[in-house]
Amino acid sequence: MHNTDSGMDGVTATHTSDIGKARVELKNVSKGYGEEWGRQEIIKNLSLDVASGALTVVVGPSGCGKTTLVNLIAGFERPDAGEVLLDGRRITGPSKNRMVVFQETALIPWQTTFQNVVFGPKLRGDMKRKELRKKAEELLKKVGLADFMHKYPLQLSGGMQRRAELARALINQPQIMIMDEPFRGLDAMSRGLMQEFFLRLFEENHQTNLFVTSEIDEAIFLADRLVVLSNRPAQLRAVIDIHLPRPRHYQMLNSPEAYQYKRQAMEILHQEAMRSFKQTGAFGPPGTTRS
Amino acid sequence: MAGVAQVSHSVVRASSRRSLLRKTLDNSEFWRGIVAIIVFLCLWELGARSKQLFGYALPYVGLLPAPSEVVVAWSKVLTKPGYWESWYQSFKRVLLGFLAAQVIGIPFGLMLAVNRYFREIFFPPFEVLRPIPPLAWVPASLIFWPTNEMSIAFVTFLGAFFTIVINVLGGARTIDVRYLRAAQSMGASQWHLFWRIILPGTLPSIFTGAAVGMGITWEVVVAAEMISGGGTQGSGGLGFFIWNSYMGGSLPQIVVGMISIGIAGYLSSSAIRWLGNRVMPWRHLF
Repeated sequence: MHNTDSGMDGVTATHTSDIGKARVELKNVSKGYGEEWGRQEIIKNLSLDVASGALTVVVGPSGCGKTTLVNLIAGFERPDAGEVLLDGRRITGPSKNRMVVFQETALIPWQTTFQNVVFGPKLRGDMKRKELRKKAEELLKKVGLADFMHKYPLQLSGGMQRRAELARALINQPQIMIMDEPFRGLDAMSRGLMQEFFLRLFEENHQTNLFVTSEIDEAIFLADRLVVLSNRPAQLRAVIDIHLPRPRHYQMLNSPEAYQYKRQAMEILHQEAMRSFKQTGAFGPPGTTRS
Repeated sequence: MAGVAQVSHSVVRASSRRSLLRKTLDNSEFWRGIVAIIVFLCLWELGARSKQLFGYALPYVGLLPAPSEVVVAWSKVLTKPGYWESWYQSFKRVLLGFLAAQVIGIPFGLMLAVNRYFREIFFPPFEVLRPIPPLAWVPASLIFWPTNEMSIAFVTFLGAFFTIVINVLGGARTIDVRYLRAAQSMGASQWHLFWRIILPGTLPSIFTGAAVGMGITWEVVVAAEMISGGGTQGSGGLGFFIWNSYMGGSLPQIVVGMISIGIAGYLSSSAIRWLGNRVMPWRHLF
């Protein structure tokens, strides 16, 4: 399971080749829940490529199976059919090589920010105590939480919690980061700030990242490549390469290119939304339904 | 772990910066409570003395001993070793039953939560036994256990046991799956998951169970002492103290016994709350 981890020798580890450079492929993956009579197909015959060193953003209508996709790649669940590969090898269970930043917050409430961050390496015992402490402090400083190290998650604001969680994931030096609607539930202001913060972090190292969201603006602002999923069962609807220059600034969302991308994606999402209304037998959707 | 010690230490330090007494005296909530109790006692006194004062005994309240009489009875009893012996005996029984219930109930509840086979085997019989009120066990346990003392302890144990197990089971089963998944991603073994996630995640429920269970043990111990008859003077405990006062026809002394139990129960649950705040510093931050 553990790759040839040469990167455990300290702070410079982020520059070794296999950290953050994994490539993930989904090949004809299907996943559903329940017995035959009440079977819910969540993901159907989905093939997808998460390119090495790129930020792949998955958008889709809410409830379309994005979280299930995350669970499959993280190894919390197995596909019913098809396979999920990391650098050509089948994923069989959770691993520190694939860290997930969860919806809302999944910081452990009975551990302080610092304890949360060192949790993984401490369990595995892969760093010396002092070294780990130094590294954790460094990361916490980077995410702007140096003064909040010894606070409990409940004492942090929403944005701080997300940053703490980023630090907790990063310290494990994963080969891929999986973000499951990480900024959901934040107010518009902190959401914008977190997006820019996250982008700076990404643009620094260009580590493989799969970012799941239901916000189209967020998706275009962040993505190298945009993957649009259909309604449940999730199928691939479109892959759009986003050629906005990096480093990105928030104003870029107002550029004509960004607008084009948005129109393109909205078109597809809108069709999907209409389809879901028809499926559920509701009347026509009111105006243009977004996200 | 050093971190936890450090933090809880600083939390404690912050709260002791102003002395507890000072804080209590400045607290309006405290004073409202005091006034409420005094008003209550005054009304009670008036009601109980209504015959002397108004020449007409109020129904029910008129029959009660006045608080002043209770205080007199209390002051007489305070100097008698038998009264304190009753306290000691009841406390001992409650603690014995309660601790046994914790020691057996917590691991049992956790096993039910963690292991599916264990749950499928032991939960059904547990659920059949649970609705039986502890007091219904008294006759059987008097016959079954060789001494009175043991049967009382057993019945108090039962009083707390079921509540504790149900709370622990519920608490452990409702731990957010994301904590477990996050820990698993980071390489946690089953052992780690249990000690780092499941056990601390269940602590709040353990303490809820303890607080409720403690209340029930006091209820049960008093009833069990009354039924089993206790024997001589003090060794009967507070329950028998009340029963004895009833047999002796001393109404004020009955009330003394009742209030004593109230105080004992309050002390016990305060101790649990205090311990809970110490053990779970992350829950009382605001």
